[in-house]
Amino acid sequence: MSILINKNSRVIVQGITGKAGMFHAKQCREYGTQVVAGVTPGKGGIHVEGIPVFDTMEEAVRITKADVSMIFVPPPGAADAILEAANAGIDVAVCITEGVPIRDMVMAKRVINDSKTLLIGPNCPGVITPGEAKVGIMPGYIHKKGKIGVVSRSGTLTYEAVKQLTDLGLGQSTCVGIGGDPIIGMKFIDVLKMFNDDPKTEGVFMIGEIGGGAEEEAAAWIKANMKKPVAAFIAGVTAPPGKRMGHAGAIITGGKGRAEDKIATLTEAGVNVSLSPTRMGEAMAEVMKK
Amino acid sequence: MNIHEYQAKEIFSAFDIPVPRGRMALTADQVERAAKMMGGRCVVKAQIYAGGRGKAGGVQVAHHPEQAHEIAKELFGKRLVTPQTGPEGLKVRRVLVEEPVDPSREYYLSITLDRNTSRYCLLASAEGGVDIEEVATKTPEKIFTLTIDPFTGLRPFQARKVALFLGFRGSLCEDCVELILNLYRLCLEKDCSLVEINPLVVTKAGWLLALDAKINFDDNAIFRHWEYHDMLDYSQMDPLEINAGKFDLSYIKLDGNIGCMVNGAGLAMATLDVLKEKGGEPANFLDVGGGATREKVAEAFRIILQDRGVEAVFVNIFGGIMRCDVIAQGIIEAASEKGCTLPIVVRMDGSQVEEGKQLLLESGLNVQCTDFLGEGAECVVRMLAQEK
Repeated sequence: MSILINKNSRVIVQGITGKAGMFHAKQCREYGTQVVAGVTPGKGGIHVEGIPVFDTMEEAVRITKADVSMIFVPPPGAADAILEAANAGIDVAVCITEGVPIRDMVMAKRVINDSKTLLIGPNCPGVITPGEAKVGIMPGYIHKKGKIGVVSRSGTLTYEAVKQLTDLGLGQSTCVGIGGDPIIGMKFIDVLKMFNDDPKTEGVFMIGEIGGGAEEEAAAWIKANMKKPVAAFIAGVTAPPGKRMGHAGAIITGGKGRAEDKIATLTEAGVNVSLSPTRMGEAMAEVMKK
Repeated sequence: MNIHEYQAKEIFSAFDIPVPRGRMALTADQVERAAKMMGGRCVVKAQIYAGGRGKAGGVQVAHHPEQAHEIAKELFGKRLVTPQTGPEGLKVRRVLVEEPVDPSREYYLSITLDRNTSRYCLLASAEGGVDIEEVATKTPEKIFTLTIDPFTGLRPFQARKVALFLGFRGSLCEDCVELILNLYRLCLEKDCSLVEINPLVVTKAGWLLALDAKINFDDNAIFRHWEYHDMLDYSQMDPLEINAGKFDLSYIKLDGNIGCMVNGAGLAMATLDVLKEKGGEPANFLDVGGGATREKVAEAFRIILQDRGVEAVFVNIFGGIMRCDVIAQGIIEAASEKGCTLPIVVRMDGSQVEEGKQLLLESGLNVQCTDFLGEGAECVVRMLAQEK
């Protein structure tokens, strides 16, 4: 089962008629995901690659009984798409879109907090439960079914870590890309809680980066509650202060959010932090042996 | 996105937030004329995309227009170095000539995103004109923090709490409440990531005034504020970074000599980290993005090569939708047209890897291919050392 998604998940692709939506809807389906519908306002009634398209989430959910949504809607409409998914009763909404305005996400997060919908992202690669389902843009081939939960703010750096884990024989239960924005749905702490309660997950690998205090928040929770071994890597030790390093949320401001501080706090909480991106898999293997 | 103090003050004015009388000037003559219009005495303020100008001589009082002219003449074209600019400083191309203000008390007021709560929050303090980070560390009880619920917005009763905390009473309290409400309205309507007034002053005559103004726009919202593009002062930005922006590439110039091209911001940061770990010095951060085309890859490579400090290039592209043969073509295109003989190390993983490697090895470029990140970083550092 693992967390968030599995082979029984029924997925709607919001923005399916766009280039990215269409491409990844097919890729996910090829991986084995049940892609049951698409939603693009104005295109209801057509089929793309055999997938029925609806005008609204409400209709799509009612007819297909979908419980997960993957959002490829461009920035101007992305927050609205998140709200529409929540309003339609979706359990897990995964927003891939990069570039959603702060003001829009402040409102979306406020609504999500009061709803039963779990939001992943935005600006994230998505979620994958290897061997069962993929709701995102990650390459399936590097993943292997197993017992390590992976949670990360990055996309391609996650793939690097996953490849190292797979090469060492450490398969993954579920990999969650929470995204690189300052305002996101599920944070490290939320995903860690789920991994802690998931019988299929026996260890967790965290990938953080500069900016914000999410890693520190997670560290405090790990110290008090985590029952399983945790290893981590934090990107951006060499990042100059005050500069936004690609991700909207990757910026050191007023001396806060530095990689060194996150590494220290996590280490103090008992996390095995790798100091090199070339030894991420190793760091996980070390703590799994004990 | 950054804007100058004078632009922020124009926006403040439009939202009924009181600012000193002032005029932006581009030449020393314009400064002198502005000073005359101000009645002779004025403050000449360098306009750069950084704070800390005062101590660097970027803010000076002039007692008569000729003195204003002299101050401006010395400032224009100068690279002002402040603790916030880095050692190269920022060029002064614009100057704000403002009426002198005699503050009796100074306050701090800002609205910014609080990442912990995912809401806008207002910070207020009666310790104005100083570094707010220091106040937060040493005397946190002197800061009032108000997290704003997006459903209700900032309510007048909340603004009143802030004004009373700051010590305002009577009509000045009402003025402060109105200012705060206007500031929040500005923050939302203009899609800001930060609005800051430091200091907010009460003049000796008893009026509220925003003596300094700082606004940062949310880069993700610029698509719905097209006029912001015209507000940018390119003289304040690195030319390579400006160029990269045109091609939608995320590029930051650093001080080293190993150019980097990576797909994905997190991996790009980690690539810089591993280069440093292996004894190398990265020349730049560059995220070429997930769906990059051959043109974009070529453009990214060209921009890296435009940095004269680059003596080797490390390409790290991992497992994306990008085809490795397309990436190879982009690199070969850009490197060949410049006759690039610099050592290039390419680490690629994804589809069409063997085809990509083949193209590179047959291209005649000084290139080596590798499958692993650590190996790749070591290789480029070694190749660079061998060249020397």
